[in-house]
Amino acid sequence: MTTISRPLATTSRGRSAQTRPAKILRWIAEHAALVAVAVLCLAPIVFVVLTSLMSSNQALTASIIPTHWEWSNYVKVFTTVPLAQWFGNSAMYAVLATLFMLVSSVPAAYALAQIKFKGANLIFLAIIITMLLPPQVTAVPIYVLWSQLHLTGTLWPLILPNLLGDAFSIFLLRQFFLTIPKEYADAARTDGCGEFGVLLKVIVPMARPGIASAAIFMFFNSWNDYYGPLLYASENPNAWPVAYGLATFRGVHGTDWSITMAMTVVVMIPVVIIFFFAQKAFVEGIALTGTKG
Amino acid sequence: MTTDTTTQALARRAPTRVPRRRSAERRRRRTALIMLTPAILGLLVFFVYPLLASIYFSFTRYNQLSSPQWVGLLNYRYLFTQDPQVGAAALNTLWFVVILVPVRIVCALVVAGLLVRARTLSGVWRTIFYLPALVPPVASVVAFVFLFNPGTGPVNLILKFFGIHGPLWFNSPSWSKPSLVILGVWVMGDIMIIFLASLLEVPKELYEATSLDGANGLQQVRHITLPTISPVIGFAVVTGVIAALQYFTEAAVASGVASGQATVGGGSSANLGYPGTSLLTYTELLYQHGFANFQFGYASAMAVVLFVITAVLLALTIRRISVFRPEADQ
Repeated sequence: MTTISRPLATTSRGRSAQTRPAKILRWIAEHAALVAVAVLCLAPIVFVVLTSLMSSNQALTASIIPTHWEWSNYVKVFTTVPLAQWFGNSAMYAVLATLFMLVSSVPAAYALAQIKFKGANLIFLAIIITMLLPPQVTAVPIYVLWSQLHLTGTLWPLILPNLLGDAFSIFLLRQFFLTIPKEYADAARTDGCGEFGVLLKVIVPMARPGIASAAIFMFFNSWNDYYGPLLYASENPNAWPVAYGLATFRGVHGTDWSITMAMTVVVMIPVVIIFFFAQKAFVEGIALTGTKG
Repeated sequence: MTTDTTTQALARRAPTRVPRRRSAERRRRRTALIMLTPAILGLLVFFVYPLLASIYFSFTRYNQLSSPQWVGLLNYRYLFTQDPQVGAAALNTLWFVVILVPVRIVCALVVAGLLVRARTLSGVWRTIFYLPALVPPVASVVAFVFLFNPGTGPVNLILKFFGIHGPLWFNSPSWSKPSLVILGVWVMGDIMIIFLASLLEVPKELYEATSLDGANGLQQVRHITLPTISPVIGFAVVTGVIAALQYFTEAAVASGVASGQATVGGGSSANLGYPGTSLLTYTELLYQHGFANFQFGYASAMAVVLFVITAVLLALTIRRISVFRPEADQ
């Protein structure tokens, strides 16, 4: 790319081909489009939040603004289903899965990104293939394995495997670690630092945003997981995480849309809060899954 | 860059370290393998073993009550010639591969292109456009089934305002899949961010130079933007197709919520595919056979077919995607 851009770049700089009124028209068109997309992005969320505050009868009407703000819907969600317990299950699943992933995957990603050794490429390829193959391909034998350990009906089959590394996290962390010049690690090595020392004293402090991003991904994926709990915990409502509970909610509560929307909002809130605290690291992480840093 | 000084410092020290280098290298390899031990164990326990076991189970009759009994190609014969549902399920999945993936990519590209040009409030636009992707999938499906519900949903009310009689959306066999495509576009934030990151890397000089040569916007997109970011589009296509091949959560939850009955789970999967079989995907059928009816042998045969399709796709494309290439960054 650079070989093409160089000769062209020398001719540029300076005046634009467009006239002033054309520029203004263009600005207006672009911003109209931006506003339109923004409305399409936000409107569903606004509708959901407004409906969650209506009475169950008003939710069935054409009105958009609640005539009477039913904040009690949010209390009702916690009393009609064991929502607090489901929240606890989700929190346990997401927090433990994230911690276990960090313990197992940070060293693995460091070894693949910062240590030169024979076999690294082969291991990396195997990790990529695991990451990309559909989980359904291996679901039956893994299910049989956990049922022989009598752990079906719980979320442990979804938490414990993270102690043995998570392919996507290793991939993402490696992407981040690769952006750190190898000279830092080499300098620490010549100063007599062992590999674990290099990882903990040099790489981890420098890659904090990357590690945060991988942790958030893991947390969100566990929080949002539907397929895993369906497979392992569907017969035991005491073990359900909130996302799974939400999917079964409407069936239990018929056409009561207002309370269903209240539950939908409740499931969204933790994710949105975490996002606003760690937005930068998170967005950087998404970009790195598809592009080189 | 500070790295230059570090390299110089290294170069100065290097000679004194030469005799020790060999053993240091061996030690380094050992440490690397120690650090990778959990991951390698994970690969063996949760990937290599179950993959081989799936292949073995696929040649057996195997359910919860009996241990696997060899039946040869029986499962595959049933899968390819007799199963009354697998054809519909495969077609539904193919529909998502062919429609959902390109629609999402084109929309994400257009919106990313819009974001690149936005100079005022760029951070705010980005956050708003990404927000839908943040909504947990189950929550977004429940929300969309409500928004698009034929009787009182806001979407049909708005359409009515314009004099349009809205369809039944998630309750109509011919509209259920398009409804999920609309949802898929709404939550496309992840690909959009990836496209945005790669669009920001297209050298600005290229646009300036060609606009001096009289190229219009569309020509620039065709001859500069798309060729430059084509590797990233390739990445989006491959990962999108793989995700569409395993399309499950959105379809299963939409069926359950739209039918108004308790959803799949607890062994009941009566509404899987609702309305009709329009949302019955290949992986849902696999789930039904394997985990609602506990036909492990047959479900394994379905899994092996899915594996072969994905493996062929990956074998053809993985080398072309830079982020998946181990050497790419060295």
